[in-house]
Amino acid sequence: MIELLPPALILLVGALLIGPTRGRLRTTIVLAAPLLTLLAIWQVPDGVVFTLDFLQYRIEPLEGSAVRRLFATIFALMAFAGGLYAYRQAKWHELAAAYAYASGAIGVSFAGDLISLFLFWELMALFSTVVVWCGGTPAARAAGIRYAIMHLLGGVILKVGIEGVMIHTGSIELQAMRADSFDHWMILIGILINAAAPPVSAWLSDAYPESSPTGSVFLSAFTTKTAVLALILLFPGEPVLIGIGLFMVMYGIIYALLENDIRRILAFSIVNQVGFMVCAVGIGTEMAINGAAAHAFAHIIYKALLFMSAGVVVYRTGCNRCTEVGGLFRTMPLTAVCGIVGALAISGFPLTSGFTTKTMISQAAADESLVIVYFLLAAASAGVFLHAGIKFPWFVFFQRDSGLRPKDAPWNMAVAMVFFAVLCVVFGVAPQLLYAYLPYPVEYQAYTAGKVVFYLQLLLFSGLAFFLLLPLMRRTETISLDTDWLWRVAGLRLATWLHDVLAAAGARITATARSAGDALGRRGRHWFGSETTDGRRQHGVFARAWPIGTTALWIAVLLTAYVFFYYLD
Amino acid sequence: MSDRRDTNTNPPDDAWLARPSTIRLLWWVFAVLLALTVAAQGLFKVKGYFGADGWFAFGAVYGFLSCLAMVLVAKGLGYVLKRKQDYYREADDD
Repeated sequence: MIELLPPALILLVGALLIGPTRGRLRTTIVLAAPLLTLLAIWQVPDGVVFTLDFLQYRIEPLEGSAVRRLFATIFALMAFAGGLYAYRQAKWHELAAAYAYASGAIGVSFAGDLISLFLFWELMALFSTVVVWCGGTPAARAAGIRYAIMHLLGGVILKVGIEGVMIHTGSIELQAMRADSFDHWMILIGILINAAAPPVSAWLSDAYPESSPTGSVFLSAFTTKTAVLALILLFPGEPVLIGIGLFMVMYGIIYALLENDIRRILAFSIVNQVGFMVCAVGIGTEMAINGAAAHAFAHIIYKALLFMSAGVVVYRTGCNRCTEVGGLFRTMPLTAVCGIVGALAISGFPLTSGFTTKTMISQAAADESLVIVYFLLAAASAGVFLHAGIKFPWFVFFQRDSGLRPKDAPWNMAVAMVFFAVLCVVFGVAPQLLYAYLPYPVEYQAYTAGKVVFYLQLLLFSGLAFFLLLPLMRRTETISLDTDWLWRVAGLRLATWLHDVLAAAGARITATARSAGDALGRRGRHWFGSETTDGRRQHGVFARAWPIGTTALWIAVLLTAYVFFYYLD
Repeated sequence: MSDRRDTNTNPPDDAWLARPSTIRLLWWVFAVLLALTVAAQGLFKVKGYFGADGWFAFGAVYGFLSCLAMVLVAKGLGYVLKRKQDYYREADDD
């Protein structure tokens, strides 16, 4: 029975049932819906499963392939762990929105054509906005509106591209393309906006940290990674992505180093990690695409784990900033350990999932003799350890004693964290468990002695750099300007200025019109007459009684003129 | 929900990890680990793809220097980009 249902639909129905149910039934739905979805995902065979006719187009809402199942699997796993993490603490509407959001991501994973891709894309945009709003603060409301505007704009750009392709080729097939025409560029830009690529990366670090401690766990997983999948399906080997990916990698590191908000550090590091994947898609070889897919899979797990760990800290202490916390390892040992496992995994330490997936991307760059890319990725790997691997656990759990003695995680949050921490290690120790499900056959040895030594040197000496340079990285109670300054401040100022200028011009025009009107009125009254205030009529020039002599003179003049012209003829 | 923000502020305790003696010990352990990872390159050859990355202790030097560079760049950009944390709220109030 379950294999007949599209996986996204199962999770969407689950999301719809969260609202009307209560108590144990709701808990059962929250935990069972992602697992049933997972079961359905594994039943999806390769190729198009069913089609619908819409207008003159053949829609393929369910198409299977290895990479699609891989992404859908991690999305469903993420929904399960996120549901477990959140169900006792989050509001029901946040859970429902998060599940609908996840079902959008799974829908995108299996979308066989551009129209269904777009529909599920917008489903994600809608419900992720609701998840941001569930932060419940005025800041969350404002950030949610900015988030929605950015994603609706991205959706419109994507739609322009899709319609262009539909008109110019008549086909809505999802197939690999290059950024070689206006339509394709629009599609690429629409996808890249969701991947938090420059110049609009700021939407991510703006919105995610404003959501609730549970909401940010869901938000960290879906939007950017569906964008990576869309890039894998539509733009594998597109060279422009290499540069964009490298920029994102460096941008994430620099901004995370400057940041004080705990979850914003992690948000910047999402951009950094997605940069690795975008760069890999740009390289485009089988090894690179495998690397991008594997890294996305591993990334969702350790990034969610990091957000879970940070979420527990925010939930228990109510503090969002590094300057407010510190020394929490004393009373939150489990949260600290899970945070550290996530931090080691994101840094790509040997024996964690980050190592077995990220090194595939570096290997792909080396295989293609991309010297600069290879060395920049190596530098970035060191930088990841710096900004997320040490900075996050150090400032939150160690650093100094803030005096806070919060309780450790509630049991459901603890179980979810341990589950993902174990997965980080499992995929690090036994990478073949993941390699078996990658889009192309894997002939890659993650663990060679030389590679392990190289990365240990790289990472441990970045650790040394961190502790030696700590005085340079003192946390300050600041934020960092990003490109969103252009519309949040410069745009606002421009709009205010334009408003002032137009208002002044308008006032002037009104005044001129009024004085012109007054003058006209005076002339009119002069010629045509008017009613005076005491009710008497004042006759105008035309209504005046003229003296008879003047009239006789004018008639004489007219007759003379008539006679004159008559004889002239 | 009742246990939310359950924080009581005790006087600073003497956690094992926070003691100066432990921190000194950890620095020593860390230094030994650093030395070992470099020394390990004598035993296991690091296969360089582009020559330089196979040099002795290349990973160590490269890791350290790139972190130094990134921290300095961040610090420099910080002078230009950093604003008080209520910057946007003030801007919104204008």
